[in-house]
Amino acid sequence: MGKILRRTFLIGTGLVAGGLAVGYYAASRPWPNPLEDDLAEGEATLNPYVIVGADGAITIIAPRAEMGQGVATTLAALVAEELGVPLDAVTIEHGPASGAYYNSAVLEESGPFPVFAESFAAEATRSVSGKLGEVLGLQITGGSSSVRDGFDKMRHAGAMARHLLLAAASEHLGATPAKLTIEGRDIVSPDGARVSIGKIASAAAVLTPPAEIALKDPKDWMILGRSQKRVDLHAKVTGAPIFGIDVDLPGMVYGTVRMNPRLGAGIRSADTSAAEAMPGVIKVVRLDTQTGTGFGVIAKNTWAAFKAAEAIEVVWEEAPYPADTESIMNVFRETAAGSWNGSSYRDDGDVELAFADAPADSVITADYEVPYLAHATMEPMNATAQFGNGELTIWAPNQMPTILQTVCAGIAGIKSDRVTVNTTYLGGGFGRRGEVDFAIYATLLAMQADGKPVKVTWTREEDMTHDTYRPAAVGRFRARVADGVPQALDMRIATPSIMKSMGRRIFPSMPMGGPERLLTEGAFDQPYTIANYRVTGIETAMAVPVGSWRSVGNSFNAFFHECFLDEIAAKAGQDPIALRLKLMANYPLAVAVMEKLAGISHWDEALPDGKAKGVAFTLSFGSWVGEVVQIAQAPDGIRIEKVWAVAEIGRALDPGIVTAQIESGIVFGLSSAIGQAITFSDGMVSQENFYDYDAMRISQCPQFEVAILENSQKLGGVGEIGTPPSIPALANAVHALTGQRIRSLPLNREVNFA
Amino acid sequence: MQLTINGESRDLDVDPEMPLLWALRDIAGIKGPKYGCGVAACGACTVIIDGIATRSCVTAVGDVTGDVRTIDGLAQGEKLHPVQQAWVEEQVPQCGYCQAGQIMNAVALLEETPNPTDAEIDDAMQGNLCRCGTYPRIRAAIKRAAAQMPAQTASEG
Repeated sequence: MGKILRRTFLIGTGLVAGGLAVGYYAASRPWPNPLEDDLAEGEATLNPYVIVGADGAITIIAPRAEMGQGVATTLAALVAEELGVPLDAVTIEHGPASGAYYNSAVLEESGPFPVFAESFAAEATRSVSGKLGEVLGLQITGGSSSVRDGFDKMRHAGAMARHLLLAAASEHLGATPAKLTIEGRDIVSPDGARVSIGKIASAAAVLTPPAEIALKDPKDWMILGRSQKRVDLHAKVTGAPIFGIDVDLPGMVYGTVRMNPRLGAGIRSADTSAAEAMPGVIKVVRLDTQTGTGFGVIAKNTWAAFKAAEAIEVVWEEAPYPADTESIMNVFRETAAGSWNGSSYRDDGDVELAFADAPADSVITADYEVPYLAHATMEPMNATAQFGNGELTIWAPNQMPTILQTVCAGIAGIKSDRVTVNTTYLGGGFGRRGEVDFAIYATLLAMQADGKPVKVTWTREEDMTHDTYRPAAVGRFRARVADGVPQALDMRIATPSIMKSMGRRIFPSMPMGGPERLLTEGAFDQPYTIANYRVTGIETAMAVPVGSWRSVGNSFNAFFHECFLDEIAAKAGQDPIALRLKLMANYPLAVAVMEKLAGISHWDEALPDGKAKGVAFTLSFGSWVGEVVQIAQAPDGIRIEKVWAVAEIGRALDPGIVTAQIESGIVFGLSSAIGQAITFSDGMVSQENFYDYDAMRISQCPQFEVAILENSQKLGGVGEIGTPPSIPALANAVHALTGQRIRSLPLNREVNFA
Repeated sequence: MQLTINGESRDLDVDPEMPLLWALRDIAGIKGPKYGCGVAACGACTVIIDGIATRSCVTAVGDVTGDVRTIDGLAQGEKLHPVQQAWVEEQVPQCGYCQAGQIMNAVALLEETPNPTDAEIDDAMQGNLCRCGTYPRIRAAIKRAAAQMPAQTASEG
């Protein structure tokens, strides 16, 4: 079953009729090649990334979730470049869940160091953390890490496959491998003799690959570094059934869930009889899980399941957190203000001393707050599962298939190797699909479905009210300003631990401890030099489930840091870009970004009345990003006219996709800054749907101008980096336009937007 | 219940109160229109009925009298509709989930208004949410399609 269905989710065109994978890293194989389990009789495989069909057709495995960020195109391009075949000549698949597709880059920067730290301790931590991803076999799409992780290993996979194919063809054609070329599905010798790749692939597969192989010099690249046509667009403009919600299987039944809206609480009493009696309803199942308690409905169609779920009468238990937003925020306000100890990932100079003798008129203080946020992916949470004969198969739009495999095996009481996870396209991810709840519920319903596959789709309301939210946070900041610069900056940031919240949902038996980078990333790790500079994260217990939301801690810490820096600039009588340039002087990559940004945004030119600009900078995911937002006062409110972005990412492997991602990240950030907030009342999330949790619409969307810099020796991430600076840049523009310093998001609580 | 979907007559055994979206997806097996909100707030489910862009998630299947066009029937075999072609050329989709609705809404717009202004594009496309933020490329693709679509399709709308 796995084979055929895995290949239902092809990214390119055409099906592979059987195949053979070609050698990759034979010298070092920490994980077995998962394709070995998935070949028909007579086929063989050595390589997790390249399959050659009997007809010579080449399939490339791009083992990261395609959620819009273009990863299938760029990962395939890494292999195709070295293999020496055009991107439009190959088929691209996500492939199976396997530890072989581990991501080491996602954990590399998980330690208490900024990305520019080059100390022994910083490098050692990166190395050990990166190794962890390999040992654990973490196949994760997240942390803007896919290309950084795949850059070397997928180019090697392509080069090794080419080496083996040419070696095998050379025996057949009687010419040395170096003289052979790949043309279409053939390998061709200088004298014009040719052999089908399919014909020699089995011979190639049994050759011993060399221990080392040279990669192309980037100046010889034909595909990388140039904008490619995305490989997934034909499917996406024709409505092809590629998403999790589109899964269709023989005998399939349909389901939904209705979980306790008081998140993490149980059930006091319930009556499911009315729901069970409704037409089309097959079964109502109680769900008691590590991610929530409630009910699942199995029905003959989705609409019947939705109606029945609504008809369940249930009295929920009380929430394990304060019942309303104000009471929740008060907890953070208390820990931010009080003498609670936190972890200071940055503590330069002597901050206490610097404030002890500061003249009162040199000190500014400010309190900042951000709300919880929902991911609100366009495709609501869903998963399809089938259970029978001790085997579980899952089809789900997800960001971490190997973890789904482990967790759902535990739920079903079977071993992981009896679980197959098929990753479909994702109708948006933004971190929400790096969770397990949707797959756990589908697994439990499948176990009650007499062996039939069950597609479990959440309503938008269920999705909105049962998210793993971007955490709320409260900041208490002070600065001592003299001689046009901050002499001291002290930031205290109170927010819950995302890692511990995720840990409780994913591996509840494994307690997680220690301080956490996510609390203050985007604030402690910025390329500024200030004599006395301390950033303290105060991990504050709160049972509201929180998770990764595009750019994670950076999404609020950038707002805190960059808006307060704007306040410091005002106090110092400095232009915001001039002050940043002064503080960044030790970091040439950052300086280049800000100088370029000042240039393209015409920062120094005066604007007419009723228009203003704001600026912000954030180093996140290894990329250095500055943004300027220009706004205008219109009769119907503030209009965002244009955003300029400059991003230093090391190397743009596909400039078109990089630009699209930066724009996308900005729209995502601006949407939240303008008007998004998740609030609580009676222990439940108040927002239900897009009518009360909206995002930017086409009429609100600004023009963009994006410049990409490639000065850094290190590759930076791309998918999340547009988001962090967009939020403070807009808030700073609002201040410049209106004089209002808004320290609590969203901004539309204070000003109107068109 | 008799429905004409993409020019084909279909007999569907459904409760007439079922939203057209679910009748299409779960009963007729037509997966192009997507479920996003269920309350006509996002446009992912957009189909065209008698030339009008319609949110299939809030349209009871029993109330449908006209011919239903979905993204699944937009291309003529291998030949993409000019709006689809423009979407490819401008490299519009990211996650792609909202794009079936965006494209159908744009087709209805261009059939009614062959050369829309920016304000007319905003007005028509305002109900179609995209969380990936592909709006600038959607706008460019609509203009590109407008330049390429034969004028007579407008009068038919």
